[in-house]
Amino acid sequence: MHDSTYKLATLRARIGAIEGGKPSGSAALFALGHDRLDARLGGGIARGRLHELFAADPVDQSSVTGFALMLAMRLGSDPFVWLRQDGGVRSSGELYAPGLIDLGCDPARIIEVQVPDETALLRAAGDAVRCQQLAAVLIEPWKGARAFDLTASRRLSIAAEKSGVTVLALRSAADPGPSAAYTRWRVRAIPSQVLEAGAPGLATIEITLLRHRGGIAAFHQRLEWDRDQAIFHEPPLSGAVVPVPAGGSFAAGPARRRAG
Amino acid sequence: MRIVAASPLALQAGMAPGMGLADARAQLPDLAIFDLDRAADTVWLDRIADGCARYTPMVALDGVDGLILDISGCAHLFGGEAGLRADLIGRLRRLGMTVRAALAETPDAAHAQARYGRDVGAMPVEALELPPEDMIALRRAGLKRVDDLTARPSAPLAARFGEVATDRLVRVAGGRDIHISPRRPEPALVIERGFAEPLGHVTAMLAALAQLAEEAARRMQETHRGGRRFEAQLFRTDGLVRSLGIETGLPTREVPLLMRLFDERIATLHDPIDPGFGFDLVRLSVPLLEPLDPFQLRLEGGSVADDEIARLVDRLSTRLGHGRVRRYAPRDSHIPEQAMLVFPAIAPRPTSPWPAPTPGEPPLRPVQLFDPPQLIEVVAGIPDGPPRQFRWRRTLYEVMRAEGPERIGALWWRRADNQGLSRDYYRVEDRHGHRFWLFRHGIYEREAASPRWYLHGLFA
Repeated sequence: MHDSTYKLATLRARIGAIEGGKPSGSAALFALGHDRLDARLGGGIARGRLHELFAADPVDQSSVTGFALMLAMRLGSDPFVWLRQDGGVRSSGELYAPGLIDLGCDPARIIEVQVPDETALLRAAGDAVRCQQLAAVLIEPWKGARAFDLTASRRLSIAAEKSGVTVLALRSAADPGPSAAYTRWRVRAIPSQVLEAGAPGLATIEITLLRHRGGIAAFHQRLEWDRDQAIFHEPPLSGAVVPVPAGGSFAAGPARRRAG
Repeated sequence: MRIVAASPLALQAGMAPGMGLADARAQLPDLAIFDLDRAADTVWLDRIADGCARYTPMVALDGVDGLILDISGCAHLFGGEAGLRADLIGRLRRLGMTVRAALAETPDAAHAQARYGRDVGAMPVEALELPPEDMIALRRAGLKRVDDLTARPSAPLAARFGEVATDRLVRVAGGRDIHISPRRPEPALVIERGFAEPLGHVTAMLAALAQLAEEAARRMQETHRGGRRFEAQLFRTDGLVRSLGIETGLPTREVPLLMRLFDERIATLHDPIDPGFGFDLVRLSVPLLEPLDPFQLRLEGGSVADDEIARLVDRLSTRLGHGRVRRYAPRDSHIPEQAMLVFPAIAPRPTSPWPAPTPGEPPLRPVQLFDPPQLIEVVAGIPDGPPRQFRWRRTLYEVMRAEGPERIGALWWRRADNQGLSRDYYRVEDRHGHRFWLFRHGIYEREAASPRWYLHGLFA
């Protein structure tokens, strides 16, 4: 009996060694500051993992950028590296510092790296992920990014686990393919809460969890970014004036959202 | 067209610089003629000058066809002055050059001797290199050689041809020493190693470079210094030289780091390093030394933290180029695309803090900006009202919410004609919640009859 437990343990250790960095269940989490969402995710999103963000439509890519920035802000105040590919910069524009401030992100935190192609992107990402002092590494492969495959994403996520640096892959122009990402999200812009005189309001998005390695089922969530407190809110439904109380019941969530 | 330079063979056949091309062709119909290419000549002379850095750091260009080397205190390394001269001439001849070299006490004397012969007295007056009309005057006066001038009192000469003439005379005769200004400032630290058997492989060269780096690191350690720029110069046996430069954000003297950066630099070269017949001299120079305390780990790990990010920036900047690894600084301009300054992360600069947004306001500026703005087709309710719908990248967007206009004036005071169109910016949201930043270029009727619309940015 004793012997077999020991054997099992050694076997597990050996398999673990072969597999390299197998995602361990006990990843540190960072909360999004939205009680219901955090509860649903079991406390938040895992640090030191690779997360992929997709756009529902190509024109939603600025919402993907926004969501990635918001996550980076939730990850602390250390500098982060943003790797962008030339083609992507051409098609979606340069990052604009005054706009980053308007989302609450200090542009001084950002080290932007523009790379000519995917190979250079993955190579630079590999270097950046190993730098433990970074809060996050945001990588933006352009279009299909064939080189960003299962192997490449697995390599990145193993490196991320070792260093504890969170990697966010912004894949606005790509369709979800096989990858080793820990979670996978789809982001789309939704109409914001109208301000006075019919002005568009705060950054408002809907995120969809497509996949979670921890086995959390897919769900939708509408979010409004509160820059002043750097947290997510539930956006008020159009016409509704009463904000959803913090920690509202689970069951009520989906029904209300569908109604909205 | 005239002949500017002629080969020794052509000179023997009676050709001379200054001769008309037609005359030359008449004498020698099968004369080979090449167009003068000053730029290429300069580049070539520069390369030779780089190669001459193996003898002395004091190398200066002398006109369009000459180099001056100050070899004070260097000659013994090459077996004396004659040895150095022979080595230099040998290398240049192997490159196919015709060389005339002269050794003299002063740069001017050497310049004159290389061009007009060893004997100062016997030189023609042209060696003084005075303006052509003065030359003619001297010749007409029967003064043909430098001798004729030195034999005479200098006061009448100065009265007739000016101080310049007497000054030139003294300098050509070697009477006044001037300092040449080298092409490059002398580096603060130079470590080099010569090889009797040239290194034919890049790996061997890198090993040699690593040894030099260790030696340099040791010397910098002794004086508590570090460098931010390092240059490796690889001298080939045929006299050419290849330079590799690396740069770091913070002063350093870590050998593994330097070697990694050199590897990165070599990997990014467009034309790979060609050892030719081998490198016989490898030199590592540090142009500037900066204070760098002995490395110390802080308990709380503060300094090490910055260090790691700085190293990452160094690596990526070396691999991709400085302009591709960037940070942002605020700039005081109301023109949206000029409101931020992008600078290379490897060259840190003091930045002022960014202005804080007003609490409670929605984002007023987009996260992504198109520069230049993208032209769109807009349907507006009234010509100076907000847009109703617009077409961007072949998709039609229906505007549900709009805020504006926020009028941003042009920099008319910068323009000669005081012109420039104002822009009326609108923040708009379409039916699906996409938020855009649009502007109308020019005020309707006042500035433009039918103003164009542009999409300038995207909100999150």
